[in-house]
Amino acid sequence: MASPRRIRLKVNGQPHEAIVEPRTTLVDLLRGELALTGTHVGCEHGVCGACTVLWNGKAVRSCIMLAVQADGAELMTVEALAHDGQLHPIQQAFMEEHGLQCGFCTPGFLMSVYELLQRNPNPTDEDIMETLGGHLCRCTGYQAILKSVRLAAQKLGAAQR
Amino acid sequence: MKPPSFEYAAPKTVDEAVALLRQHEGDAKILAGGQSLMPLLNMRLARPGLLVDVARIDGLDYIREVDGGLAIGAMARQRSVEHSQLVQRRFPLLHTAIRHIAHPQNRNQGTVGGSLAHADPAAELPAVALALDAELRAFGPAGERRIKAADFFVTYLTTALEPTEVLTEVRFPQLPPRTGWSFVELARRHGDFALTGVVARLGVDNGGRCSAAQLVLFGVGATPVRARRAEQALAGEKLETPLFEQAGRMASEEIEEPLSDVHASAAYRRDLARVLTRRALTEAASRAAA
Repeated sequence: MASPRRIRLKVNGQPHEAIVEPRTTLVDLLRGELALTGTHVGCEHGVCGACTVLWNGKAVRSCIMLAVQADGAELMTVEALAHDGQLHPIQQAFMEEHGLQCGFCTPGFLMSVYELLQRNPNPTDEDIMETLGGHLCRCTGYQAILKSVRLAAQKLGAAQR
Repeated sequence: MKPPSFEYAAPKTVDEAVALLRQHEGDAKILAGGQSLMPLLNMRLARPGLLVDVARIDGLDYIREVDGGLAIGAMARQRSVEHSQLVQRRFPLLHTAIRHIAHPQNRNQGTVGGSLAHADPAAELPAVALALDAELRAFGPAGERRIKAADFFVTYLTTALEPTEVLTEVRFPQLPPRTGWSFVELARRHGDFALTGVVARLGVDNGGRCSAAQLVLFGVGATPVRARRAEQALAGEKLETPLFEQAGRMASEEIEEPLSDVHASAAYRRDLARVLTRRALTEAASRAAA
């Protein structure tokens, strides 16, 4: 076994310290060590997007990132979206527009959409589809997801006015 | 689908990285953004004893204008280059090409240096480097070495870099005046690896004739390749549609046996080379005239 390393990182505002083998992927750290199982493991080679989290504010695929690479980073996972039992407006929009069926891919979609709407509060359909292109949904819900993101942008815009 | 066991080092300087590569020569692999290496590790197609993570080296992620050209640090994230005002304004070919690399979620992590050093034959940046006559800079035990893009891509996933060298920078010269460009590729879905792609640049003189032509095809062989016979057929000629048809046929014929796989047969890739060359030349010529 390779020499374990001590890492420190912030996840959803909480500081954490962990001792990890270098080969531990970030998603396995989140799920296995930190018990944040909202982030899902899908393809494990950076294609499906189910494991997407925000790394220093940017959407990345945590199955092709090592936990040691996240030493010193600030992460945000899907668990940070809802507050006090209240869904985040993006989650609410996905619910209202049927942007999910089985829900396996949803945590990843939510995090990428969160990044998109932070950066670009009024995205065009082309902007939205570029972001969604990094995710797979096998319940064939892309049109509903597109509608969900449009609604999420409206909800967030209204909340800010 | 979990990576095999390996040791990990995160050097703070290029010199430290080179020293580690020397100590573990042949058994170490450089980790940049990991968007190609990590899938290979997860699938256990790569089994290095040591990963040298160069992301902790300060000052390798710059994007700046130098002598009218563009200097990009090897660790600059693809997404930063895509969003760079300098790149959008002065190097639109590079901006266009980068938007074809996988998805935004990959480009947030993926690096310019990593893509060049990985040298996937269907990747965008190696083709752009070849088409723009880029120069790559690497550090090794003997100091800095400068390598022309034409000498850099050796074969599948193999570059002219020594196992003890670290790629540190790529320099793209500015296109000469009155030069049009085009970047086209066809993939099954946007973000997939290109089945075939073409990068074209055309210089045009006052009489509307081609003063310089550079045509790079990618996804059709072990490395991106220049279609030299087609380039020669363009030189000095009037830039008109029948010529683009002819150059497309020539480019398609002069490439060696293209890859044949589950995504596309060799014959299909060869035909794509013809069609995409014609389209790229048409677009480059209209940009050169504008």
